[in-house]
Amino acid sequence: MPSAIAIEGLGKCYVLRHQQLRRHDSLRDLLAHGARRLRERVFRPSRDVGPQSTREVFWALRGIDLKIAEGARVGIVGRNGAGKSTLLKILSRITEPTEGRVKIRGRVSSLLEVGTGFHPELSGRENIFLNGAILGMSAIEIRRKFDDIVAFADIERFLDTPVKRYSSGMYVRLAFAVAAHVDPEVLIVDEVLAVGDLKFRQKCVGKMEDLNSAGRTLVFVSHDMSMVRHLCSKVVWMNDGRIQKYGDSETVIGEYEKSMAMDAQPVSSRSRAPVPSGYHIARVELRNCETGESTGHFRVGDTIDILLSASADAPQDGFGAEFFLYGERGDLISFGGSSPLRNVTYRKRDRGFRCKLGPIPLTVGKYHLAVSLRPWGMERWDYWDRAITFSVDNCDPYGTGFDVPNGPGGHVVINQDWSVF
Amino acid sequence: MSQEDQFLVIEAGHGERHYWKDLWRHRELLYFLAWRDILVRYKQTVIGVLWALIRPLVTIVVFSVVFGGLAKLPSDGMPYPILVSAAMLPWQFFAGAFSDIGNSLVGNANLISKTYFPRLVIPASTVAVAFVDFLVSLAILAGLMVWYGLMPDWRIIMLPILVLVAAAAALGAGLWVAALNVKYRDFRFVIPFIVQIGLFVSPVGFSSNVIPEKWRFLYAVNPMVGVIDGFRWSLLSAPIHLYWPGFLLSLVLIAILLVGGVAFFRRTERTFADVI
Repeated sequence: MPSAIAIEGLGKCYVLRHQQLRRHDSLRDLLAHGARRLRERVFRPSRDVGPQSTREVFWALRGIDLKIAEGARVGIVGRNGAGKSTLLKILSRITEPTEGRVKIRGRVSSLLEVGTGFHPELSGRENIFLNGAILGMSAIEIRRKFDDIVAFADIERFLDTPVKRYSSGMYVRLAFAVAAHVDPEVLIVDEVLAVGDLKFRQKCVGKMEDLNSAGRTLVFVSHDMSMVRHLCSKVVWMNDGRIQKYGDSETVIGEYEKSMAMDAQPVSSRSRAPVPSGYHIARVELRNCETGESTGHFRVGDTIDILLSASADAPQDGFGAEFFLYGERGDLISFGGSSPLRNVTYRKRDRGFRCKLGPIPLTVGKYHLAVSLRPWGMERWDYWDRAITFSVDNCDPYGTGFDVPNGPGGHVVINQDWSVF
Repeated sequence: MSQEDQFLVIEAGHGERHYWKDLWRHRELLYFLAWRDILVRYKQTVIGVLWALIRPLVTIVVFSVVFGGLAKLPSDGMPYPILVSAAMLPWQFFAGAFSDIGNSLVGNANLISKTYFPRLVIPASTVAVAFVDFLVSLAILAGLMVWYGLMPDWRIIMLPILVLVAAAAALGAGLWVAALNVKYRDFRFVIPFIVQIGLFVSPVGFSSNVIPEKWRFLYAVNPMVGVIDGFRWSLLSAPIHLYWPGFLLSLVLIAILLVGGVAFFRRTERTFADVI
């Protein structure tokens, strides 16, 4: 089988200058630093700026060798900062590598962000043309596929409404619909589907499968292991800018999850989220309710104190926080939400949300929590998949001396009383 | 297409091998970006497209009054408003295109950091937008000429070439500033400054015949001098004479500016996504 993508010794290096405050220098700063430095910086942008600045070289990617066969479905997994996005950016020709080379066969289309190039003032119809052209389609091609795109996105009624009035769900649907109709030889998709609702995500997965069965190569980045498992036959696990493992998806995901679960941590945070609004959950912390201790390890019957912190003031009043509890393999165990389940809503200014969850009836194993924020009945503002991982180390609710393990025992122990009758 | 062409090679230090071919392939994107900017431009304004008429008209009136009426500068035998508007035409085209190009990359930062296409498409589409405004101004001038009963002679056929020269000047200067602006946002402040100063050092409000003969060649170091003189020569008939040495000097400088600008732009564009 010929390879669609052949990567040899690929590396990407960023030079971090330790003067972050002066990144986009203002005129005043430049005047203060004198004309000499200005001249040097303008005319020798690639070289060292001078003795004043300290530099740090950071390799986002190093020594990547990878061959992806034509028609393969390859998933890329790894924690934040492992180099997944940098790799996709190089494959999409957005940024160039520092070393090594990539050979790609055929037309590449990449979907790294939802609705890149959408203009809020323009209507859905106009944005289809604009976005299609940005993704490399010709006007004739767009016109030919126009009806399919509209039908897929399911926005017929809003075709002439400016997209700034769209809900985030409609926005994502339209964006994905355009990208999915580019019909490239190689389709690269970054984690963009996390914003849409479940039904639409399934539709997207279906579309990607269709493309693939038509012989297209698919490269897919996601934190959603069940989706990767479902969609990809092979998986690349990236860690610290290198390939940790490449092989069939069951094996690699299994090992990746094991390593993820090893570090059940009490706190998890992130600086930015893949949502257009920018408003997102920035931090999740787990505590043991009884002891108040910040921890990632629990026992059956413990109550978990989940603390969520938002990045900014919310877009509006009257929204709720939600959690999704997943098992180690990405299977959904339980869902909960402040609204409408408990009828608690929050106001704009509220930044911290707390949920006391428990007593937990969980068996021994690793669990993931996904969290989200939204006004009930509307699209989610943010959905943070695998926001945090915790483990249940002990499950012996009746004091028998035997733990109920996760594998054969299922996820949940329901209260039970046995006797004869 | 041969077998080799179907391979895309991404390598360190290598720009796109088929850059110009690739640019040609993205010509529709150029068109769509220009179309977007034109569509969006007058959204949520009350009088909309009228702005494209009002701005040049008011400038022509003010300049005619100040330079022609108050300062009583010579008008080369033309009505002063005609003299001004023939110069206003290339100047506003240049100034509008130049400042929009300068800010175009930063304004499309999300496109640059999330999608691939030859980056030259963005500044080029900006020129196309400025050209639409140019056509509006041209209509104003045509109206004025009819009003004064003036007709252009054969020299009007040179106009398309002169428009290209003006576009080359705007693109040449704009590419430098656009590429630098990606990294040094100072240029955001430099742009209006250049445009403002340029308006007064270029022969917009006056004829370049007011410049003493011995300085005229040196005066043409400002490439817009050649462009503006050329426009007056082409649009207004007989009494206008073109000072050829100066005009040619301007042309040479514009060519250097453009070639250098494209080279600089291409050298830096590979890092745009990393620094923008």
